[in-house]
Amino acid sequence: MTVGSGLEVRGLRVLTRAGVPVVDGVDLSVPGGTVLGLVGESGSGKTTVGTALLGGTRRGLEIDSGSVVLEGTDLTQLSESELREWRGSRVTYVPQDPTTALNPAMRVGGQIREVLDCHDYGDGPQQRADRVSEAFAEVGLPADGAFAQRYPHQLSGGQQQRVCIAMAFSTWPALVVLDEPTTGLDVTTQALVLDTVRQLTQAHGCAALYISHDLAVVSTISDTVAVLYAGSVVEQGPTGELVNAPRHPYTARLVAAVPDLTGRRELKGIPGGAPSPSMRPHGCRFAPRCALVIDECTVELPELRPVRDNHLARCIRADEVHPAEVRDRASYTEVSREPLLRVEGLTARYGKVPVLHGLSLDVPEGSCVALLGESGSGKTTLARTLAGLHTDAEGSLRFAGMSLPFGSHERDRATRAAVAYVFQNPYSSLNPRRTVGDSVGRPLRVLRGVKGADLDRRVTEMLERVYLSPRLAQRYPDQLSGGERQRVAVARALISDPTLLICDEITSALDVSVQANLVGLIEQFRRDLGLTLLFVTHDIALVRNVAQRVAVLQQGVIVEDATTEELFEHPRHAYTKELLETTPSLAS
Amino acid sequence: MSDVQPSVGAGPSADPGGAEQAPGLLRRSWANGRTKTGLGITLLVVAMALIGPFVAPGGETAIVGPPNATEVPGLLFGTDTTGRDVWSRFLFGGVSVLWLSALCTIVGVGAGLLIALLAGYSRTWVDEVLMRTTDVFLAFPAIVLALLFLAIFQPSPWTVILTVALGHAPRVARVMRAAVLDVAGRDYVRSAESMGLRRWAIRLGDLLPNVTGPLMVECGLRLTYSIGLVAGLGFLGLSGLEADQADWGLMINEGRIAFTVQPWPVLLPVIAIGLLTIGTNLVADGIARAAAGTDREVAG
Repeated sequence: MTVGSGLEVRGLRVLTRAGVPVVDGVDLSVPGGTVLGLVGESGSGKTTVGTALLGGTRRGLEIDSGSVVLEGTDLTQLSESELREWRGSRVTYVPQDPTTALNPAMRVGGQIREVLDCHDYGDGPQQRADRVSEAFAEVGLPADGAFAQRYPHQLSGGQQQRVCIAMAFSTWPALVVLDEPTTGLDVTTQALVLDTVRQLTQAHGCAALYISHDLAVVSTISDTVAVLYAGSVVEQGPTGELVNAPRHPYTARLVAAVPDLTGRRELKGIPGGAPSPSMRPHGCRFAPRCALVIDECTVELPELRPVRDNHLARCIRADEVHPAEVRDRASYTEVSREPLLRVEGLTARYGKVPVLHGLSLDVPEGSCVALLGESGSGKTTLARTLAGLHTDAEGSLRFAGMSLPFGSHERDRATRAAVAYVFQNPYSSLNPRRTVGDSVGRPLRVLRGVKGADLDRRVTEMLERVYLSPRLAQRYPDQLSGGERQRVAVARALISDPTLLICDEITSALDVSVQANLVGLIEQFRRDLGLTLLFVTHDIALVRNVAQRVAVLQQGVIVEDATTEELFEHPRHAYTKELLETTPSLAS
Repeated sequence: MSDVQPSVGAGPSADPGGAEQAPGLLRRSWANGRTKTGLGITLLVVAMALIGPFVAPGGETAIVGPPNATEVPGLLFGTDTTGRDVWSRFLFGGVSVLWLSALCTIVGVGAGLLIALLAGYSRTWVDEVLMRTTDVFLAFPAIVLALLFLAIFQPSPWTVILTVALGHAPRVARVMRAAVLDVAGRDYVRSAESMGLRRWAIRLGDLLPNVTGPLMVECGLRLTYSIGLVAGLGFLGLSGLEADQADWGLMINEGRIAFTVQPWPVLLPVIAIGLLTIGTNLVADGIARAAAGTDREVAG
């Protein structure tokens, strides 16, 4: 297969209508047959870069200057109708969510055929039909006609995403842009999809841009990585070198914030958050959060300059940046304690569909137990049942030696205050019409009858304890970032002085740097207040960094229950082993 | 993880300018040109109807000239079928339409909202019973229901309000129940449930404040329909007003016989009612667009 000439992006600059740059100073070079990983936190402009490579922008934005050169043509100079020719044939896109990208009313084979017809692929109907089955085969889907006749809802999430990838590669494109294509997938499926993308890129000799917030995922698929911060590329280099010897302080902190599967490196967040486009500081944009900052940093935006072969960094102190320290974590010795929560023979169902099958679990007092499982394993149902939010269940729950009824209305006030719950999505768990202070104080008002100045004081104290400014009490949730919202949710859960805190995937909607901060905060509360934690997650690498015990949940049954050390050193169940093998980890 | 702690501090939360207050629904609606136009038209007609009685050149019922005359010196639009001043009657006749439609809207939307809050957040047979009952009412056109009730009960302003409101309530209930159902599935409602709050406390504290968007749209839409219905009932002589009292709907009915010789008693109220419905409709549409985010620019 011929190798394409690849992609060259120079000085890309995208502005809002008001003239505020969302992305500027983006230079990327992706040779044919290679994958460039574009990493950035939310708000860094990575999706804006991705759409700009397709010659477009979201509503309200426009490409101001710069060039996107593919096969000798500058896409930014093309007219709308010329761009339509390019899109879907020479430049293709794989979206984050395949369920909304595929037309639910069309058979999947027909959808790929539509793309080929639309771009006059090949020499006739027979060749196009052949290409459709070939495209399915390339992504490891059945090439027979029966599969092509299926509708998207008849496929699993992983299969749907592979259909999207097959579609993107069907026209032998020169560039494929993949925008977080594995975010909604389980780790095992993710590994398969990543493998497919990598193979296809090499086989087709095309350039691929893989956009993600997850450095671990990016490092397993990319040849080179570009790190985007506040709208500009701060570092670009070969994957292994960039991850192991980062030369920009932001990259170094980002590496430290990725949960480490070996548990050798401590999880460390980055203070603060990325500035919004209109609030970007003068000079180096990372300066306010940087430990190496000196006066010179704030004078002007540093140039992206070479620090080694093919390795560029936008930092004037690049030589002084050190990779994250590796050290042994303090190993945990289990103190045998009475379980604070004991679940026995719990069966939960939705109508007639059972989700949990006679499950038993002990949560020892003062420890953090991780409940690990992928989507559909029943972990959220378990968490909600324990919180009194799901009552279609039978079995026995014992909390602090007492029987715990299923519905929250049947529990007494003291119990409702003692069992607190933090929801997965901070964007939907806070009432948008209540101020932060109102939301945080509500459990205290409802469960403990605290009022007036006393309530205000407790709210202020609580906000300070989750490292939020008490001034935020007057704000509304939509004025906060995702990380701040989740800290507000944690404050709301902790204000009634609970003994058991159930955290349901509380970091899955957050950036890694914010995740590390939140996990640190939760751990601090566990140590200082003797809080018992049930930490529900799908991320096995995160488990290693937060939990003392792990219960692995698969299809409503706990398949393995051990201390964290034991589980990682000697996994017994096949499913646990598979998780450990397929979870992406930073190359080291 | 001993040194995680310092890294948690000093977030952007310390930065007072970090986030601007997102503009509320009304302000976002106002940014839309159609809302401004609509509100302008509505206010013009409302002002005319409210101030009209005080600035009218003549009396509401005084006979000042020959019937159906168009060229009467001193009278702007001539006289009607019984020789009363058309302009004065027009200026007097708007108030009844306005307050009747406003009350119809308030009662109708209020009742519909109540049903929606009850049904949308009960998850029991109450939902079924309420919604199937509203379905029965939905099967009849609003005007047929109104005529039926006004045939049974003595027409009076209050029966008009109740019958028109009765036509609105099931339609409002259907739309608002969908909005309530959506909000009832959010996690902050779960969170309130886990605190053991009573259902009505959740309805008023969590659900109602989060359905104000569709509620505003419904208010605007139902006001438009109310104006049409109230004027229509007035035209049929069913608004329960005194026989010679000025009322836009009544004026159209009285004037239509002599429309070819004296069009003004019909044209003036028709134009006013038309403008008012267009105005309120534009406002409702503007609010609906803002609520749906149709005109929203991408945040920077």
